[in-house]
Amino acid sequence: MTRNDRKIQFREALREAMVEEMQRDEKIFLMGEEVAYYNGAYKVSQGMLDLFGPKRVVDTPISETGFAGLGVGAAMYGLRPIIEFMSWSFCLVAADQIINNAPKMLYMSGGQFGVPIVFRGNNGAGGQLGTTHSWCVESMFAQVPGLKLAIPSTPREAKGLLKTAIRDNDPVFFLESERMLGMGARGDKDFSRYLHGGKWAPPSEEEDDDFLIPFGKANLVKTGADCTIVTAGRPLHFALEAAEALEEDGIDVEVIDCRTYRPLDIDTIVKSVRKTNYCVVVDQSWPFASIASEIAMQIYERAMDDLDNKVIRVTNDDVAAPYSKKLEQAMLPHARKIIDAVRAVTYNT
Amino acid sequence: MTTATGQNTQTQAKTDGGYPDAATQLDAVRLKQYLGRMMLIRRFEERTMQSYMQGKIGGFCHIYIGQEAVAVGSIAATRPDDPIITAYRDHGHALARDMDPRHCMAEMFGKITGCAKGKGGSMHLFDKPNHMYGGHAIVGGQCPLGVGLAWGIHYLKEPKVCLCYLGDGALNQGAFHESMNLAAIWNLPIIFVVENNMYSMGTSIERGTSMAHDLSVKAKAYGIRYAECDGLDFRAVYNCFKHEVDRTRPTEGDQESGDGPAFINVVTYRYQGHSMSDPQKYRTREEVQQKQADDPITRMAEWLIDDGHATQEEIDELDQQAKEQAIASVRYAEESDEPELDELYTDVFSEPFEPYKTGEPPLMMREAEDQ
Repeated sequence: MTRNDRKIQFREALREAMVEEMQRDEKIFLMGEEVAYYNGAYKVSQGMLDLFGPKRVVDTPISETGFAGLGVGAAMYGLRPIIEFMSWSFCLVAADQIINNAPKMLYMSGGQFGVPIVFRGNNGAGGQLGTTHSWCVESMFAQVPGLKLAIPSTPREAKGLLKTAIRDNDPVFFLESERMLGMGARGDKDFSRYLHGGKWAPPSEEEDDDFLIPFGKANLVKTGADCTIVTAGRPLHFALEAAEALEEDGIDVEVIDCRTYRPLDIDTIVKSVRKTNYCVVVDQSWPFASIASEIAMQIYERAMDDLDNKVIRVTNDDVAAPYSKKLEQAMLPHARKIIDAVRAVTYNT
Repeated sequence: MTTATGQNTQTQAKTDGGYPDAATQLDAVRLKQYLGRMMLIRRFEERTMQSYMQGKIGGFCHIYIGQEAVAVGSIAATRPDDPIITAYRDHGHALARDMDPRHCMAEMFGKITGCAKGKGGSMHLFDKPNHMYGGHAIVGGQCPLGVGLAWGIHYLKEPKVCLCYLGDGALNQGAFHESMNLAAIWNLPIIFVVENNMYSMGTSIERGTSMAHDLSVKAKAYGIRYAECDGLDFRAVYNCFKHEVDRTRPTEGDQESGDGPAFINVVTYRYQGHSMSDPQKYRTREEVQQKQADDPITRMAEWLIDDGHATQEEIDELDQQAKEQAIASVRYAEESDEPELDELYTDVFSEPFEPYKTGEPPLMMREAEDQ
């Protein structure tokens, strides 16, 4: 089967990445709630227990502090843990382990103990889960030195970035989305036409057993002349939906998928802004001291004179995530908001 | 007693603990080494306090004086490659694990010759060549890490045991309880060592910890083996740990062997305040003096003389050596250079990208490799 007609779900792409890497290196293990006997709360790890056994695919009790910290200690000892959070919302009780210990161990030990670990799981609104289960952690954790932050947007990105994350010798926070796990089941139909033609499906192991997408290299998903949209993860699909609509109105946007927020490929962003002179940043977290604010600021620092308007941020509203479907939709970034932002920033209102 | 009986209602443990007297199997050379190590910790910490008062050491600084027998006695019962991990009162463990006192003192002085090139400080001492995994300053935060080290042993089927030290204050942290549970369900080779000095900062254990009069229930709750010993007595600590460490140690290649995790309540006392800035209003001078009368170093020295392992002259000589080593460590730290500003951006990532840089390993690591 060629890449062009592959039907692979986002969750299967994540699994392919883990399986291939675990077959390559016995020091890698997967640990988390319901990852083994239950086959994954969201079926990401389905079948992995049968493949690798209970010593390498390990169910934990509901003890995020305990097993996240266990992962950090095991990584210091020379293993390469993948720690699954059923939701990144639940990582908050493990804050000391994931933001104090994992990313700072190398520094405070003067380079003696690195922590090659991947923390991964669902990030962002799952759909009417209410505020405690709807965390987007990227802006909050992007401030911590010593960690990497990857946000895959398609099954292809999920596989390539996760394989890179697993091979990385530093802590990687890998933010997936519950709302995207089934994407790819219907092939091209699940994606914007800008992603058709093999742009969203990863190669299988037979096609490429070493498919890695490097960190810190943004992906120019769509070229365009009139305005740059910068985003990553699930909002990429909102941006592409907006791009399709805007194209019908004669506005040709350029869309950049950052892939990783830490490290951030600001060069690609700035290069695009120098060309289009306008920019909208779409960030699914909250606006205050956010990724969107940071990217806007870095654009101002490097390309102020190339801008013909301020940078506009499209983010969550600055409120807790509500339960009501209507209120939740109003609060999250979506294509309509991006279309309005592009129109506003390019003086096309 | 090696298991919880529920009978002991005293915080103070019995001296002999009912363990085989393994310490008597140690020869005079080793016994004197251990006493010398305790003396080194004492003299080193006296110089640490002095240097702190002189403004040469910054930040928070927690002194180990009074607890020397705990680190030295327990580590004496381990093998050199058994991983250990501890909290922020970590100078004693570093020295007991054979960290060169010069690198230890230089770290506290914030010098490039420190064990972590001056980036960790007093509360974050690491010594990879000697299998010491830190120095961790958030109370209880080292417990899950210790479980991770034990998981590593278990995963790699190694015949090792992890010692995870914590203070009595950590008994009230969630991280500790999650760690005990994980260690129990997976039968991991870890010993939780409570250095019970009876105070978490200014809060006495009775005020902060339920069932303080019988900590065995903390272990019982998780089905973990309980033991206790008198932390002011090297012999009692060693005998207890020799027994419990040997029981926990799996055989190579068989991770299901060994008796699994243990929880050891080592009743000790810190003669100094919680940190250098502690006026100690929460306890009486009489209480401290009473405990000081039971000094672990004096006790061990008397034992060695009584049993003919050492003469008074030899003991005086050991103390003299400890004093000289401590003074030399201060001199070394004073004469060492501060880190270059370039060090700010090293060791952030193992494989650096702009603006980060690759750092040189600490001098301590390079010296260990040369040996």
